[in-house]
Amino acid sequence: MSELRAQLQEWREAIAALVPSWLARRWSRWLAGALIVIGIVLPFFFAPASGFLNATIIALAYVVMALGLNVVVGFAGLLDLGYVAFYAFGAYAVGWFGSGFFFNAHIHVLSSALGTAPGIHLNFVLILLCAIGITSVAGTIIGLPTLRLRGDYIAIVTLAFGEIIGVVAVNGTSIHLGGGETLTAGNLGISALDLPYFPGIGNFTLLDLRPWYWLIFVIVLIVLFVNLRLRDSRIGRAWIALREDEIAAVSMGIPLVRTKLMAYAIGAAFGGMSGVFLGAYATTVNASQFAFSFSIFVLAMIIVGGLGSIWGAVLGALLLSYINYYLIPDVLNSLPRTFGLNFDLTQLSFGIFGFLLVLVMVLRPQGLFPERRRRLELTAEIAAEDAQLVEAGTPTAGAA
Amino acid sequence: MTTVAEELGGALEAPALMRVERVTKEFGGLVAVSDVSVDVPTRSIVSLIGPNGAGKTTLFNMLTGLYRPTSGRIVLGERDITRARPDVITGLGVARTFQNIRLFGAMSALENVMIGHHSRMRAGFAGSVLRTPRVRREEREVRERARELLDYVGVRHDAFDRLAVQLSYGDQRRVEIARALAAEPSLLLLDEPTAGMNPQESAALTGFMRRLRDELNLTILLIEHDMKVVMDVSERITVLDHGTKIAEGAPADVRASDRVIEAYLGKQD
Repeated sequence: MSELRAQLQEWREAIAALVPSWLARRWSRWLAGALIVIGIVLPFFFAPASGFLNATIIALAYVVMALGLNVVVGFAGLLDLGYVAFYAFGAYAVGWFGSGFFFNAHIHVLSSALGTAPGIHLNFVLILLCAIGITSVAGTIIGLPTLRLRGDYIAIVTLAFGEIIGVVAVNGTSIHLGGGETLTAGNLGISALDLPYFPGIGNFTLLDLRPWYWLIFVIVLIVLFVNLRLRDSRIGRAWIALREDEIAAVSMGIPLVRTKLMAYAIGAAFGGMSGVFLGAYATTVNASQFAFSFSIFVLAMIIVGGLGSIWGAVLGALLLSYINYYLIPDVLNSLPRTFGLNFDLTQLSFGIFGFLLVLVMVLRPQGLFPERRRRLELTAEIAAEDAQLVEAGTPTAGAA
Repeated sequence: MTTVAEELGGALEAPALMRVERVTKEFGGLVAVSDVSVDVPTRSIVSLIGPNGAGKTTLFNMLTGLYRPTSGRIVLGERDITRARPDVITGLGVARTFQNIRLFGAMSALENVMIGHHSRMRAGFAGSVLRTPRVRREEREVRERARELLDYVGVRHDAFDRLAVQLSYGDQRRVEIARALAAEPSLLLLDEPTAGMNPQESAALTGFMRRLRDELNLTILLIEHDMKVVMDVSERITVLDHGTKIAEGAPADVRASDRVIEAYLGKQD
């Protein structure tokens, strides 16, 4: 609690222009508390299986994704275009360890599955921990070949990695593990995944989405907390220093390899956590889910929000998710038909996103909720440019 | 008050903190540094001079691990650091500044200096997330130490929290020195610290370098173009031209060397 209060400084600054500082300072504390309380009670205002609650759950899962990618791209400045790989690893963790997919195995640990069911059935939390382990290793592996690269070249390598994982997922049916088992079920998908089960709470169902909501809400709070703590630590400073000037950073004693790999691993682990949740929530893992467009979607979230800004990532993820999963399909989908046009708005989703991105880049290139330091830096640069313009303009003005 | 001669005598008796032994660096076919040897005695101020493109900064980059020498050896104390990583070399006590200031633009002056402490801090992932009492204390101490250092190099308090890009040129130079000092080096490499300074500021920096040596027990290796500063502060000078060492010795000797005059002013016919 007290931590969140301290970290809500950016909110404070945003409202400081409107209200006296002493009031603003108290507000930020209240704001954090209020947001958490609102977050907890929110599901009670909607039907247990409403479309809005569904969209909110997905949006929160994307917040976790965005916070993870923000560590890699925003903090450490490593443009990762293959983030979908960690979604895939997370989702497959549920497929492997929370279903009857490995039918020769018979392992049950506190799961919702019947005790006689074949396969590996671990508790949701255990699957989450497995996924964190798998994705942080995968993140480190993808990080290794990019260590000697910079900027655009990192983007290309990570993009290829994401595509490789996607192709492996599709063709996993041909990778035999022995005993008739394969690595993935390809485009057929692994379905009938275990619904999360918590001792004392019971099984989750798809008729009542509220437990799902609270689960992802808790995950968001944990990931947010870790993000805020890391940003303001020795590690966060090292990431930002590497982003700003790699040569100077290593000359100041920052170990390049360890620091970069840490960013990859932590970012990947968050992606994996979100992947586990999204996989379990969809109750199926299908290879066709892991497309390149997913990576771009998450990247768009943190760019719209403001690269490197934690609250920007949260805001960008919520905004784009709601537009994509609620506003377009549920609210505005039939809009073209009311104008006598013969198509659904969902068919235009990518066009709408493209337009929104262009709009943000033109009107607010630093993002909706820019990182404090970036905002200041941008203003400082603009001020310097202005000064030059004024200097350059003086003789002309004098001549006129 | 000690004279330059006495300081020189003392410095020359001291064992070498860093020994550069016959170092060569080639980029493709271009030989940037060729067979250069330099001894840097403990608690001395040694200058590296030479015309533009003589290989001075290339040599610095090899001493700090940014470049690997094509051949030759670099020894710090008893340890061979020829192939060591830059962050390891910093950890062993070598810190530097850059010819074109390389501060972290989007970080405050204070944060820049705190980065300098990185190799002296322990906080890892778990400690940072849980913010254990030890990490909390470390963070507080480092912040306090960074403030002291900024104060020491003469940055005004109201500039501590400004972003590096917002600082004046002089303050940026000062913050960069503070950042290097934060790494707690025994050897400080300064790459043209007086670039862009007026004569008064250069004179002040000359005094400041002596203070660093005397108060913090530092050894300083300096690349400098301002001959007044060089002759004033150095106990020894090494002159490079086209990647090779053409002269070495006390300021008076170097000043009298024909080859040095030739390198700077051209050949007399």
